[in-house]
Amino acid sequence: MINRQLAPEFRAIDNISLIRPEHQQLGNGANVFSFNSGDQELVRIEWIFGNLSFDPAKPLLNMAVNSMLTDGTTTLTAAQIADKIDFYGAFLQVDYGYENSQVTLYSLNKHLQHTLPVIADILQNSIFPEKELETFKRNQQQKLQVSLQKNDVVARRTFNRAVYGTTIFGYASEMADYQTLQHDDMLAHYKKMYQPSNCTIVVAGKVEPQTLTLLAETFEKNWTNTAVPAITNQPDINAAADLFYFTEKPEALQSAIRIGTPIINRSHADFQSLQVLNTVFGGYFGSRLMANIREDKGYTYGIGSGLASFKQVGSFFIATEVGADVCKLAVTEIEKEINILKTELVPEEELSLVRNYMLGSLLGSLENVFSHADKFKTIYFAGLDYDYYDRYTATVKNITSDKLIQLANTYFHFDQFYKVIVGKY
Amino acid sequence: MVKFNRFTLDNGLRVIVHEDNTTPMAVLNILYDVGARDEDPEQTGFAHLFEHLMFGGSVNIPVYDEPLQRVGGENNAFTSNDITNYYITLPSANLETAFWLESDRMLSLAFSEKSLEVQRNVVIEEFKQRYLNQPYGDVWLKLRPLVYKKHPYRWATIGKTIKHIEDARIEDVKAFFKKHYNPQNAIMVVGGNVTTEQIKELSEKWFGQIPAGEKYHRNLPQEPEQQKARRETVTAKVPLNDVYIAFQMGARTDEDYYAVELLSDILSRGNSSRLYKSLIKEKQIFSEVHAYITGSLDKGMFVLEGKPLEGISIEQAEAALWEELEKVKAEEIPADELTKVQNKTESTMIFSEMSLLDKAMNLASFELLGDADLINHETAKYIAVTAAQVKEQANKLFKKDNSSTLIYLAEK
Repeated sequence: MINRQLAPEFRAIDNISLIRPEHQQLGNGANVFSFNSGDQELVRIEWIFGNLSFDPAKPLLNMAVNSMLTDGTTTLTAAQIADKIDFYGAFLQVDYGYENSQVTLYSLNKHLQHTLPVIADILQNSIFPEKELETFKRNQQQKLQVSLQKNDVVARRTFNRAVYGTTIFGYASEMADYQTLQHDDMLAHYKKMYQPSNCTIVVAGKVEPQTLTLLAETFEKNWTNTAVPAITNQPDINAAADLFYFTEKPEALQSAIRIGTPIINRSHADFQSLQVLNTVFGGYFGSRLMANIREDKGYTYGIGSGLASFKQVGSFFIATEVGADVCKLAVTEIEKEINILKTELVPEEELSLVRNYMLGSLLGSLENVFSHADKFKTIYFAGLDYDYYDRYTATVKNITSDKLIQLANTYFHFDQFYKVIVGKY
Repeated sequence: MVKFNRFTLDNGLRVIVHEDNTTPMAVLNILYDVGARDEDPEQTGFAHLFEHLMFGGSVNIPVYDEPLQRVGGENNAFTSNDITNYYITLPSANLETAFWLESDRMLSLAFSEKSLEVQRNVVIEEFKQRYLNQPYGDVWLKLRPLVYKKHPYRWATIGKTIKHIEDARIEDVKAFFKKHYNPQNAIMVVGGNVTTEQIKELSEKWFGQIPAGEKYHRNLPQEPEQQKARRETVTAKVPLNDVYIAFQMGARTDEDYYAVELLSDILSRGNSSRLYKSLIKEKQIFSEVHAYITGSLDKGMFVLEGKPLEGISIEQAEAALWEELEKVKAEEIPADELTKVQNKTESTMIFSEMSLLDKAMNLASFELLGDADLINHETAKYIAVTAAQVKEQANKLFKKDNSSTLIYLAEK
């Protein structure tokens, strides 16, 4: 008879090996990083560009130019671009981020000769047709109206504005901003930003020599830099003075809460330790916030905390949506949990669980070759190298409760946190 | 090609093993053949509430999550109208912990009153967060009872009303467990860095002794064919009007299913699709428009949805949707357009093989449909669909008498 009360033996995770990329630079300055692994005959290719410096008078340019890359070139209409990509069973997406914006292609290798030229075309010859621009503005404004009805969205916008001020990180679009979008500005922005010297290409999947040859041929020959390099540095953060923001929604059934503070970023020596502290606090299903506010009190469907890290700034935040009638109680419990981190040592049993959970989670996050490429992007664009992950695993394995309590006292001052409530309070 | 081995324990538990040594991880996925369709009409939302209670401790293990996190594992679950699915991913070296945890909760739960009380509250907050406190969040609570009059698909997995969740008692929880949570009603898939021999041993060791229990024989009221167009208009505090048109369609296991899914792709998959090109870009009727199918195990739904632009009336919006439907009814789609959606389906299948968890879940789902090996023959079925079949399905489905229209009006 087996003893079901006794947990099976287990092993701690020892080492985690990451696939590192091959690097080559094209003649025009574009850097190519490639990850070759996997059985499926497919690749993911990303063309990543640093955003241009944020202009508060024309705040939508980085986003709009990226979003409209698939809307027409000198030779292809938006419809023709979509037809070509879809016909070959490929997936094309554009993504705007705070620091970088990108174009991603998922394609079977056998169709790359047909799909790559479409990307080359949109990176070199996009024209942002007026009619498409009008459609884009109108549809974006409609979507914005819907988003603004969501309490969690409003809370996130308010929080970012407070923590990051009037920078690209704190910017949240308003309906009227769409009127500032002009075709000529977009074209000028495009020409400055989408040039090879501002481009990093990351290829992952079954990357054979001919894949790289085809890629180099398609993105080296006719793609040249303009005389003016892309200026991608962003102005300094200017966080708001007010700490408390309450948007009342009299009919709300739930209130969205977002609480947090500017904090160190990935390049700081304490960052990995802070990731452990964050995990204990609100970074996984068994976290203290979940255990208390969901699993004990039943105030919410979910609550968590996280760390955001950019090159020049970072933030720590707690986010949840709770029953409108228990909003104040939930905030009190959040404060209580912060204070416990500052006054009581994390018990060894809990810490060892978090260590194992974090290592298992890192291992599990390396699902396929795409994930290895993602791990690379995290460090590469933060200006770090693979030592970062060695420090991460060493910190997770060795950090002490003393260090955690010290970190909590250094970085967590609840009375200085920004607090945003949308709903009832 | 997804390779696997399969065996059944004496108590009826079906086990599928997918060996994939490219990863240091393992996945253990258990599908229970029970969903919201199996609920009592007066106790809706129960299958989903029960899923939450599965994490509230089992007969020998007081807490579920903690021991799993301690060995570097993660888990989650979901409930649909058809099934309830639980999954664990963890380093393969610690796989036995997953067997220990999953077998104990299949053996018996702790049935704690405290857990029931808390999870009732959590699920009520989930109800509010996802269905009531969001613009358009309650659409499915309204659309389902419009499309279904007899079949239990007429309620959403979250339940008809919060009251049903509030009223759940521990006796109901016990009865539900006895009826549905036994080896005969489950399919387990173990994938990743494992061997079939190892899984046979572990399965026998941990699941072999669980009593077979009673077999649940599903006998649901079937939805009669719709005879007349249905229509409902609601007004709500939303910023934009919204139009839904739903059609009854066949079941996931019908031969026609593949042609219908391609039909929905023709209409709405990607920026080259008909509705996107015609109604968003060319005619500028909608800011967004979608077509999709529910893929249900019993009679499913083919749904069109669109948010009309300001200045476009509901009548214009509906007419524009119907015009596109009439086109696919009247004319066969060109060969290139059919090839396009077939190619997309093929590459989607190949990309899905990049994810161990997706493969495990798909194997379980296909085994439930009758045979896990169906996973390796799906693409061929989509490729075999002809333009004539797509047109035939369009004519079969897109009839006014088979439509349920839900209009969501923005309160001005």
